[in-house]
Amino acid sequence: MRYSVFSLLRNALSGHRHWPPAWREPNPKPDYDVVIVGGGGHGLSTAYYLAREHDIRNVAVLEKSWLGSGNIGRNTTIIRSNYLLPGNNPFYEFSLKLWEGLEQDFNFNAMVSQRGIVNLFHSDAQRDAAARRGNAMRLHGVDAELLDRDGVRRILPFLDFHNGRFPIMGGLLQRRGGTVRHDAVAWGYARGADSRGVDIIQNCEVTGIRIEDGRAVGVETTKGYIGCRKLALAAAGNSTDLTNMAGLKLPIESHVLQAFVTEGLKPYLDMVVTFGMGHFYMSQSDKGGLVFGGDIDGYNSYARRGNMPTVEHVIEGGVALIPGLSRIRVLRSWGGIMDMSMDGSPIIDATPVDGLYLNCGWCYGGFKATPASGWCFAHLIATGQTHKLAAAYRLDRFRRGATIDERGAGAQPNLH
Amino acid sequence: MLIDCPYCGERLSEEFTILGDATKQRPAGSAASDMDAWYDYVFLRDNPKGRHREYWQHTGGCRAWLVVDRDTLTHQVYGVTAARDLGA
Repeated sequence: MRYSVFSLLRNALSGHRHWPPAWREPNPKPDYDVVIVGGGGHGLSTAYYLAREHDIRNVAVLEKSWLGSGNIGRNTTIIRSNYLLPGNNPFYEFSLKLWEGLEQDFNFNAMVSQRGIVNLFHSDAQRDAAARRGNAMRLHGVDAELLDRDGVRRILPFLDFHNGRFPIMGGLLQRRGGTVRHDAVAWGYARGADSRGVDIIQNCEVTGIRIEDGRAVGVETTKGYIGCRKLALAAAGNSTDLTNMAGLKLPIESHVLQAFVTEGLKPYLDMVVTFGMGHFYMSQSDKGGLVFGGDIDGYNSYARRGNMPTVEHVIEGGVALIPGLSRIRVLRSWGGIMDMSMDGSPIIDATPVDGLYLNCGWCYGGFKATPASGWCFAHLIATGQTHKLAAAYRLDRFRRGATIDERGAGAQPNLH
Repeated sequence: MLIDCPYCGERLSEEFTILGDATKQRPAGSAASDMDAWYDYVFLRDNPKGRHREYWQHTGGCRAWLVVDRDTLTHQVYGVTAARDLGA
């Protein structure tokens, strides 16, 4: 059923008691053309674009818990395409363009809000870096504006402009950046994929990968064996767990990243703002809570909860930027497990095992990439060819020395 | 998370700085034929879900390098040894 103002009116008249479920809850079939492991944003968008763009509909998405229980529902909902490097920028810009048409495309209200994102700078060197990034973006056809101090003050008057240690000298503004209701992204893609015949199988954990003659032929799961012609992994922080089952080591460590939300406030912050002198980013949700986050805790973790020193560090950064935050109470904090790659950039590629495809290494930039990641991964699975926008995201780039070092910090697993 | 430094006693984890996986062995040679070993050393990780041996330095204390045996699922610390005692 298509959602529209008419379906809304019709269901309102019957007291909203007759809305059909947004997706089925099928039992797994014995085999599929494609099995996707991971019912998060990337897995679901991959299934959606496989069905819609490539007409491959005999597909299952296996999710070990409930749909969208992982990082798709744990992030700080920011979308943007303010990347510097040629391997990254066109990919993320394509993703932003998909976000712009996404709700009409999958007929679901994901509350895509292009409220703008501003990355502040606090020194001459940071201004140079911001100008360089902005110029690189504009050369790629992406919008970017360099704001001076007064320009920032006009849009965000409540920042600490008197901070002697970290003076706000300006910011790089991308007006097309913004936020999206992250759960609705999972639901929208799930509904879109399901309506095209994809089986979404929840509470189905993969416990083994069956390989015959160097080819992935199926997975052992908590709901029994499921065969497949192609196996696609999109399991974020649990990626190495899965590739270990196939005897494959990855340039990835799993780390915990925390996020926070405050009590609800009246409209206060109408865009996304990031602090340049600490790692802190914040927006205000439509419910009124301030949603914010900072650095990963920094040690290997699968715990989905972090420790207090990082909580303190993040909030110190926030209060240094917005002194008014000190009076606001934090309502909740939570953690998600990030697949931190060794150069801070993702991997969308085939593997040395035939029929086994890999989508991981998103560090904590995966949410904004959800549409393009699914698009390029579906292209790879369907055609066997790397999509040109993901040409830099090859698994062998580490061995070749072709790492994509967006941050310029070298090979280590705690990059963003 | 508390880390029991063999020199300073039990301290809060924020006194320490993590380097990472302590099981990686630096390759001895640097010839072209050693590149696979270097690739493995620099980039590849076991990334276990469970016990993990990792280097931490007590940067806010005695500055000793330590090998911490810690659970990545629960954050429980099983044991701490001075790296020099392991010849690591």
